[in-house]
Amino acid sequence: MQLSREQLLRAFRSMVKIREFEERLHIENPKGEIPGFLHLYAGQEAVAVGLCEQLTERDYIISTHRGHGHCIAKGCDIPAMMLEIYGRAEGLCNGKGGSMHIADVTKGMMGANGIVGGGQPIAVGAAIACKMRGDGSVAASFTGDGAANQGTVFEAMNLAVVLQVPKVFVFEMNGYSEHTGGSYSTGAKDPVQRIRGFGIPVFEADGFDFFSVHDAVRQALEVSRNGGGPTAVYAQTTRYYGHFEGDPMLYRAPGEVERLRAENDCLQNFRARVTQAGLLAVDDLDEIETQIRALVEHSVSAAKAGRGHAPAELLTNVYASY
Amino acid sequence: MPVKTMREAINEALHQEMARDPRVIVLGEDVSGGAGGTSGQREAAGGVFGLTKGLLPRFGEARVIDTPISEAAIIGAANGAALAGLRPVAEIMFADFVGVCFDQILNQAAKFRYMFGPNAKAPLVIRMTMGAGMGAAAQHSQTLYPLFTAIPGLKVVIPSNAYDAKGLMIAAIRDDDPVIFLEHKMLYGESCEVPDEPYALPFGEASLVRAGDDVTIVAFARMVNFARAAADELAAEGIHCDVIDPRTTSPLDEDMILESVRATGRLVVVDESPPRCSLAADVAAMVAERAFGYLKAPVRQVTAPHTPVPFATDLESLYIPSPEKIVQAARATMASR
Repeated sequence: MQLSREQLLRAFRSMVKIREFEERLHIENPKGEIPGFLHLYAGQEAVAVGLCEQLTERDYIISTHRGHGHCIAKGCDIPAMMLEIYGRAEGLCNGKGGSMHIADVTKGMMGANGIVGGGQPIAVGAAIACKMRGDGSVAASFTGDGAANQGTVFEAMNLAVVLQVPKVFVFEMNGYSEHTGGSYSTGAKDPVQRIRGFGIPVFEADGFDFFSVHDAVRQALEVSRNGGGPTAVYAQTTRYYGHFEGDPMLYRAPGEVERLRAENDCLQNFRARVTQAGLLAVDDLDEIETQIRALVEHSVSAAKAGRGHAPAELLTNVYASY
Repeated sequence: MPVKTMREAINEALHQEMARDPRVIVLGEDVSGGAGGTSGQREAAGGVFGLTKGLLPRFGEARVIDTPISEAAIIGAANGAALAGLRPVAEIMFADFVGVCFDQILNQAAKFRYMFGPNAKAPLVIRMTMGAGMGAAAQHSQTLYPLFTAIPGLKVVIPSNAYDAKGLMIAAIRDDDPVIFLEHKMLYGESCEVPDEPYALPFGEASLVRAGDDVTIVAFARMVNFARAAADELAAEGIHCDVIDPRTTSPLDEDMILESVRATGRLVVVDESPPRCSLAADVAAMVAERAFGYLKAPVRQVTAPHTPVPFATDLESLYIPSPEKIVQAARATMASR
């Protein structure tokens, strides 16, 4: 399916936002102003954007600990996300959630999640709500090599099939389950077949190629939005950084990341595809990169200067009422 | 005597017990790491906090088992291995992840012996990292020992220093009951003198960290350090404190606490957990019931508030009980009469 110029620009913009955001965090984190753990999404942009470009604010996503990319792709405000990651009172979640718990429920972004396999059953519940509304909306969850072996994910897949809810299981396999290779932690020789075994149709995609992901998601949504029950999109991808920032990545071959960056970067792949086909000009793309860099720069400065908390804020929002 | 960090001390205990007893196995996520990686290097992690370093090269894959991220299967497998005669040490990377596998602890491990009778024993240790202080937010920072302490059939260990950690880990591995062993992440780098040779410390025996006649301070895990700092400050103004570190919350050394309170007449309990159904509340109730007549002032509890652990550094430092709050609580008990 040929995307319009506007769609292409928007998709590229979204992928660049994620890349610039994550690359900047990689630079900022060692300065010591960011609390806690960061799990960066750089390298996987085509997956989040390939999905979220086809969702609306009525659709839900539930994310993972590697959630920044999903948040950005679903439309979370970048300066507010940066404030959150710096733990500021004006952050998207008032500074109480942080990197692993960024959410904007008003945009259908129901949270990054610090528990591996925590999100998939939640997405089934959101899909029940979608089905009851009957408006063609869907819920999607993201699962990596690690969560792929959590019992919660298996239960969620089965329940989604039993209930025939509009749920898209997005498997974004970056090859690693924390510090262990995915080929070790998943016993099945054919993990896609394993998903099919639950009764879920799987649409496979090249996670390094936005257009491939977009196409697989389009097919999945066609099923799930039209009463066909749950679907899955299965994409192989990579992460450019460690499980968390500071991970020395001893489990990865020397030069692996550099080679992937040079030979199979989803942003460069997108750039080559649209410019060679004459769909977008190099200047269009360069301008987007310049704009996003400025946005991220502004976001970091604002986050560093952000407001601390009044002590009373410690006690707010434990309950809606008590 | 050599000085070791708590990380090194626990690691040494694991090494020594694995060498001593071939029934001891270690299992968990990335306890070695690197399996199936592209570098071919095993032990790419040795545990995310480095607690299980060196075990795989020394004891091999049959006894040092990297698992998928499947907590329910990890603890279930540890239960089964224990019932079948092994002595598993299972790791749950962060105590918070226990939610995923709680059935295997609550309904299985804790109850085997009571349900099945004296022929059944489940000698397993479940190691978990706990505690706030790293900005790790609501799902990676909880001190869940009150939850485990409330479950009959579990023993619960929360060491405050490297020396105790080594001796208690060795005791936990040798113990015939399921032991929850909670390691505070802010204590891993703290060091003290730790003998090289193996030694076991008994469960249910508290440690008197500091002696004084005026106020009894009972503190748990990281809070022991804060209580000691508070006691130093209080001593400078003439208030002398007994500081008691129970070391295990189940069993709990009630005698040492009661004996101290009978002497001082004043009690401050310091617990990093939220106040409801906390160890602070547990100790306060025990003292109210059994030493009421000795109390010269109301018991003071210094705890986290009834909230999840916040992410932001400024809020997290308000959340965690501070030496200053302990000092204020001790002063308040002195002012009562």
